[in-house]
Amino acid sequence: MRNTTELSSHRLLKSNKNRKDSELKGNIIVKSSAIIIITLTIALTVFLSIKGLQSFIKNGINPWDFITGTNWNPTSETPSFGSFNFIFGSFAVTMLSALIAAPLGIGGAIFMTQIAPKWGNKLLRPVIELLVGIPSVVYGFIGLSVLVPFIRNHVGGLGFSLLSGTIVLAIMILPTVTSISTDALNALPKNLREGAYALGATRWQTIKKVLIPAALPSLLTAIVLGMARAFGEALAVQMVIGNVSDFPNSITDTAATLTTIITLNIGHTTYGSIENNTLWSLGLILLVMSFIFILIIRFLSSRRKI
Amino acid sequence: MTITITDTNQSVSNPTEDQRVVDKEYILHVENLNIYYGENWAVHNVQMEIEKNAVTALIGPSGCGKSTFLRSINRMNDIIPNARAEGEILYDGINILRDDIDVVALRKEIGMVFQKPNPFPKSIYENLTHALKFAGIRNKGKLDQIVEESLRKAALWDEVKDRLHQSALALSGGQQQRLCIARTIALKPSVLLLDEPSSALDPISNAKIEELILQLKKDYSIIIVTHNMHQASRVSDKTAFFLNGDLVEYDRTSKIFTKPSEKKTEQYISGQFG
Amino acid sequence: MNRKIADRIATITFVGLSMIIVAILLYLFAYIIMNGFSKISWDFLTSPSSNILAGSGIRDQLFNSFYILILTLIISVPLGVLGGIYMAQYAKPGKLTNFIRSCIEMLSSLPSIVIGMFGLLVFVNTTGWGYTIFGGALTIAIFNIPVMVRTCEDAIRSVPRELKEASLALGITQWHTVKTVLLPSAFPGILTGVILSAGRIFGEAAALLYTAGLSTPRLDYTNWNPFADNSPLNIFRPAETLAVHIWSINTQGLIPDVTEKAAGASAVLVISVLIFNLLARWIGSMYYKKMTATK
Ligand SMILES: Nc1ncnc2c1ncn2[C@@H]1O[C@H](COP(=O)(O)OP(=O)(O)OP(=O)(O)O)[C@@H](O)[C@H]1O
Ligand SMILES: [Mg+2]
Repeated sequence: MRNTTELSSHRLLKSNKNRKDSELKGNIIVKSSAIIIITLTIALTVFLSIKGLQSFIKNGINPWDFITGTNWNPTSETPSFGSFNFIFGSFAVTMLSALIAAPLGIGGAIFMTQIAPKWGNKLLRPVIELLVGIPSVVYGFIGLSVLVPFIRNHVGGLGFSLLSGTIVLAIMILPTVTSISTDALNALPKNLREGAYALGATRWQTIKKVLIPAALPSLLTAIVLGMARAFGEALAVQMVIGNVSDFPNSITDTAATLTTIITLNIGHTTYGSIENNTLWSLGLILLVMSFIFILIIRFLSSRRKI
Repeated sequence: MTITITDTNQSVSNPTEDQRVVDKEYILHVENLNIYYGENWAVHNVQMEIEKNAVTALIGPSGCGKSTFLRSINRMNDIIPNARAEGEILYDGINILRDDIDVVALRKEIGMVFQKPNPFPKSIYENLTHALKFAGIRNKGKLDQIVEESLRKAALWDEVKDRLHQSALALSGGQQQRLCIARTIALKPSVLLLDEPSSALDPISNAKIEELILQLKKDYSIIIVTHNMHQASRVSDKTAFFLNGDLVEYDRTSKIFTKPSEKKTEQYISGQFG
Repeated sequence: MNRKIADRIATITFVGLSMIIVAILLYLFAYIIMNGFSKISWDFLTSPSSNILAGSGIRDQLFNSFYILILTLIISVPLGVLGGIYMAQYAKPGKLTNFIRSCIEMLSSLPSIVIGMFGLLVFVNTTGWGYTIFGGALTIAIFNIPVMVRTCEDAIRSVPRELKEASLALGITQWHTVKTVLLPSAFPGILTGVILSAGRIFGEAAALLYTAGLSTPRLDYTNWNPFADNSPLNIFRPAETLAVHIWSINTQGLIPDVTEKAAGASAVLVISVLIFNLLARWIGSMYYKKMTATK
């Protein structure tokens, strides 16, 4: 029997220094970019958390009062920091805009994939994908110069309102919801639909009983992604919602959201002051909500594989 | 029948270490080779010796582990995350399955050509020089010379000599495959592994490749996987029949195809399964 | 027959919903074209803006937008490409890789105002730079890096496995294979991704408000010294971009022709994004043609 296992020097053993160095260099370079990504994520979470907690730790604001209080008056003699109205505003515009965008987007997706696929793929789809890229300030500007006066003249109120914010956001997230729903419906196996038709189901029955249930997790993902975008959108909403900290009494009343209050004030308040710190706390709420949206999307996409 | 050889063309720090005892006629010794993909045991305890300057054919039904076996010889399975090989493959006195083997150096000596022609999307010339340049050959004259020599050996020179700088993707499938062979032999390997090299080609290209294999056998030890019994009997000196990961029979090709000792081999060769 | 009627009603509903979408789309485009295109003139693009006077232009904002775009790409593309190589070639399946994937997902999906706050905290306050172009570019790079990582990973993964095997089987190291085989083949895909992301960067406003700022110093376009305060190239000066400008003139409302100017600026913004999109599509289809062509 040849005994070779002990061999310690051979031209085929790793020894070429230059080559090893080059492989090592490559390894280090690509790994460092991965490390940068991890570092950024952790730094962002940690820094924003620390900064966001300052108002509770340093300034002694009660977190519960901060979240549930409805009186926001940072500049008065006895300042009060109740952010409930903004949290409510954020959730209200998010939910309402999803309520508008979801049926439109999914309906449009069904039209594009099931009723007129040729038309949908050639014309509608590229245009919708283009709309995803339109900057949010443009939506805000059109909302401000068209929607606000329209609501003022035909619906009532100042025009700057929860309703305006909702509509602007709905239009903004519509392309997102539509294009993801279209992908979801296109990804369904072909035989699903053919099987249903073969059993004599009508198109509507097929859509309702077979296609929508099969694509449900993906369709929900589309909606949640839209909601996440709506919740975090700042400028477009800020331009049309009025930014008044009072609780909106009706849908045509002015309102404010977490993002609009931050946008409006973070540049004007003194860095490190109580008022400034509370804005960072509002930012922390945004961050936490973003995490929650990501978790929901993860949960939905894990359901998708079944 | 053993002799002692000393490696002369490579610089090795410890000459006594390198004076290995090696069988003269064999280039590879496979001992107790087991290969796994995770839980899947793909190659079972294979024991075989591969002859030098001969063509060895691997045959067997689809999924029996031929490619897996072949790819372990130049460690191409390393890039499959859950693949694992146990046992020994001795080449030039060293077990090439060892962890500390420099697979880059190994693959230069044990070249591989794949089923589907896979030229780089570059010119014909660059396809050949890509690896040469990496190996440190920079001299233009030297490169030109190796390019011509390799293309001649691969019986492609006359067809491409006027368009060396055009895209390799414009060649026919058969030409592409010969280009792949040419760029592999440009590195002057000692072993050539061919995994169904002509199964994706038309009959004429196929015939050319077979002719080429017979030519190349003078300089290289060749292992070829094939599904084509006629090809195996035409080009190979020895044939190994695999079935479900087992090496069922390994013998001279003439014997395998005329009077195999195993019943299974006979059944497979006469087309009763597979 | 009941089912038939239900089917008919459903079809009509879906057609109706799509009509609404189409109507909205048409309206948006029509609005921008009708109100904005007529405002775009050479004068509009090349004269400086004013905070109070009518008839001013967007020269500095346009320059700032492109400058920030280029800086952001210079920062984020190399890092994103390396990260993509790591994810596609080096990362082994496991906990660490999953964690990196979560980080990428998170960074790319956080609201830009949150990223902007982080930028304000780090690149404006902690560094003491104040509002700067560089701080703005770094901030936007934070969400563009993960986008680039994804694009690049997909592009590298879509390179046929055979090519990688061919290179490795020829005794070429993994790193050299990445550099000479995988990256060149993935290049068109990466380029398409870069251009698409450029559209998003160009239109970004929320992350820039409090990092690059809301003002631009008086610029002297003949001063190419990047360290001079009035040089357009100075990366440590505040810079209002086009998107931020649209927002600020609308919310401050001091100039008499706000709507017209904002419409013109919006049109410029939308046209730019459109050009980026079409360019990306065009490169994609050119590449597709080249790859599928036999000759
Ligand atoms: N990358 C892989 N991961 C997991 N299992 C694999 C992988 N490649 C091959 N296998 C399994 O290993 C066994 C042997 O496969 P192999 O490709 O070696 O067969 P083969 O004899 O070359 O077949 P064919 O003639 O079809 O090429 C099969 O059961 C196959 O499913
Ligand atoms: Mg095989």
